[in-house]
Amino acid sequence: MPLLLELFLRFFYVGLFSVGGGLATLPFLQKMGEATGWFSATQLSDMVAVSESTPGPLGINMATYVGFQTAGVPGAILAVLGEIAPALVIIFILSRFLLKFRNSKYVAWAFYGLRAASAGLIAMSCMSVAVLALFDKAALLDGGTFFSALNYWGIVLTAVIFVGLRIFKKVHPIVFIAIGAAAGIGFHLLIGG
Amino acid sequence: MKELLQLFLIFAKIGGFTFGGGLAMLPILEREVVQKRKWASEEEMMDYYAIGQCTPGIIAVNTATFIGNKRKGILGGIVATLGVVTPSVIIISLIAAFIQNFQDVQWVQWAFSGIRPTVIALILNATIKITKKSLVDVWTVLLALAVFFLSAFTNITPALFVLGAGVLGIFLKGGNPRAAAA
Repeated sequence: MPLLLELFLRFFYVGLFSVGGGLATLPFLQKMGEATGWFSATQLSDMVAVSESTPGPLGINMATYVGFQTAGVPGAILAVLGEIAPALVIIFILSRFLLKFRNSKYVAWAFYGLRAASAGLIAMSCMSVAVLALFDKAALLDGGTFFSALNYWGIVLTAVIFVGLRIFKKVHPIVFIAIGAAAGIGFHLLIGG
Repeated sequence: MKELLQLFLIFAKIGGFTFGGGLAMLPILEREVVQKRKWASEEEMMDYYAIGQCTPGIIAVNTATFIGNKRKGILGGIVATLGVVTPSVIIISLIAAFIQNFQDVQWVQWAFSGIRPTVIALILNATIKITKKSLVDVWTVLLALAVFFLSAFTNITPALFVLGAGVLGIFLKGGNPRAAAA
């Protein structure tokens, strides 16, 4: 099978069976690496690190990375197209279904519950992102105390930005991201580390 | 044609400034799509997010497809989806081609030590805004809390919570004439 076609099909499979966001594609990618020899487990963990520290959805970044390493720019494009194709088709079908049953009271009732679950899940993801960034689990396991594992500087910055968001409601989120990046660079230049 | 181009550009902007997973796109999505352009309501965003949790694919991509499809049909869905992935393809290809150890570049690490806390504040703010309208009574608050704690302390897949909550919603509303009338 031509390499590009194989890339497309393999990522189509990942896109079809990974449910629940970018990180859910990780186990599939591990298997793909083993089956094809396109990348090693170490390379995969590097990819995750790069994907997490660049903008864009994690799953898409990883597909791009694997595709590019395997077959250059055409590989990157075909891997991404393969990964998004199944979701596109499924969402089109669901949209049509939702439109058709929009006035059904059962659908309305289901969404009344669905939205509440969605709120709980979003709050939980928000919490786990915060713990990951503001709390150093490894330091705690290394014998540190709870308080020494806290990222104080990060907590202060989070609080300052949050207050800023509540005051300057018209300012675009991108501006705050730029301020955060500048603050991070400035802070490390100041403390010299 | 103009709106298709707009869909592409706005979702490219969202894709280009999403740092760290699908949830991180929520603040910009809320600003660009809900507030500024009124392409979808807060409630619809919650619906898309819930559906994205239990359908295959990447949540950010699924949301883009939904909104694009809602505005301009299948073509709109495709254009919005291509928009959200384009910055990734360009940025990652450049990094893979030119920078060997991207995550070892010091100033990138420094910038991210500031971006991460900022993204938390942004997500928290967007979460408050967007979930407010979904918690309409005692039942929905209890259900959200239950999902929050269950997902914190168990390994149950989010898809099950979403499907279960949908069924529960039908029973809560359908089994209770007073609530159903409201």
